[in-house]
Amino acid sequence: MKELILILIGSALVNNVVLSQFLGLCPFLGVSKKTKTAASMGAAVIFVIMIASAVTYAVHYMILVPLHMEYMQTIVFILVIAALVQMIEMMLKKVSPAIYSALGVYLPLITTNCAVLGVAITNIQDGSTFAESMMNSLGTSVGFLIAIVIMAGIRERLEGNDIPKPFQGMPIVLITAGLMAIAFCGFSGII
Amino acid sequence: MIANSIPYMVLAFNIQNVLIGGAFVGVLGLVLGVALGIIGKMFFVKVDEREVQVRECLPGNNCGGCGYAGCDGLAAAIAKGEAPVNGCPVANAEAKAKIGEIMGQTVDEADKKVAFVKCSGTCDKTERKYNYYGINDCRKAVMVPGAGDKLCSYGCMGFGSCVDACQFDAIHVVDGVAVVDKEKCVACGKCVSTCPKALIELIPYKAPQAVACSSKDKGKDVRVACKTGCIGCMICTKQCETGAITVTDNLAKIDYEKCNGCGKCAEKCPQKIIVAR
Repeated sequence: MKELILILIGSALVNNVVLSQFLGLCPFLGVSKKTKTAASMGAAVIFVIMIASAVTYAVHYMILVPLHMEYMQTIVFILVIAALVQMIEMMLKKVSPAIYSALGVYLPLITTNCAVLGVAITNIQDGSTFAESMMNSLGTSVGFLIAIVIMAGIRERLEGNDIPKPFQGMPIVLITAGLMAIAFCGFSGII
Repeated sequence: MIANSIPYMVLAFNIQNVLIGGAFVGVLGLVLGVALGIIGKMFFVKVDEREVQVRECLPGNNCGGCGYAGCDGLAAAIAKGEAPVNGCPVANAEAKAKIGEIMGQTVDEADKKVAFVKCSGTCDKTERKYNYYGINDCRKAVMVPGAGDKLCSYGCMGFGSCVDACQFDAIHVVDGVAVVDKEKCVACGKCVSTCPKALIELIPYKAPQAVACSSKDKGKDVRVACKTGCIGCMICTKQCETGAITVTDNLAKIDYEKCNGCGKCAEKCPQKIIVAR
């Protein structure tokens, strides 16, 4: 149990998916203009990563390993995740329109989020058990939520500021992301 | 095999593995595709086809002038019968008629409206009471004492917040006062809600005359502030045969329901503030 909690903290803060592994940068920079949309994006990422890593875990150990096809891992995972997100979207639209409209456009956007694929592959490479890999997925996606919400908060504050012309727009955002990454280094001592 | 005769190729390239891999991904793709198809059928959500058709008739600017969240929102509301078929202020009569046809209703031709800025205090007509060096935005400038730098505290400040709000390039600041291009204006009402002084009003496109002033000051004060403002002299009310003009709070107002467009008011107005359009 203690180990699982350590995995959770480790993947959420110490090895933050965005700020120390540099995965999922595209939505991190693209959807972080407002705190509200950033939070929806983060919630959608948690949802998709949890389901995707459970399914890819099953696909790897129940299909790829018995067939000795481990080398096809990356391409199979991409295919499975893309189809999976599409299926979930269709089901949600019918079963739960409330969740569907809350997640909105973010659900299909995540199909191509490399953080999702990254977590799925890391889980297999580390040889984790199912419980460990689910904990790792939860930690990673919560880490993404934390990072993107903090980023959106900072960007909202940046809005009214007098930024030198060469730094306006994306440059200042990237500098902010860099500073955040340095700040997150401070967590490296806790486990 | 040719590959076998070149020793270093053997390790890197094995045609059998490539074929198996390709076939595997192909089969997997096929299975997923079929599964997606089945799920798509199983979880099919019926969308009102009229909604799609109505959406095609709407302009797609997503201006929000109708009060719904964009054109998709209005299309859904029209299809459900929650919004009137002529709910879109931007669509032209032809598009509205088409929407009415889809919904099986006749559209009562609503009068086309346009925005009108009720101020004519251009730079040569009014003076400045101080120099404003703040942010170039009406909603900020209106906060400073005296509500802007023009002598008239009712008039257009000319910083162009309405110009920024307009998605149709229909309003521009000319000589210190915003002017609406009535051909381009679609009466979405964005500028009306943006103007901090509530100077902009939606009036009928066909309106022959309009009062281009919003000052509620007494005549004497108006003359000090602006060479052209409405002084509330009541001459126009006496000229009007249909009783369309009333003066309340020292400001003339035209009732477009009653106005017959004779133009006598504009002729006699001593301040030339009732303008023919």
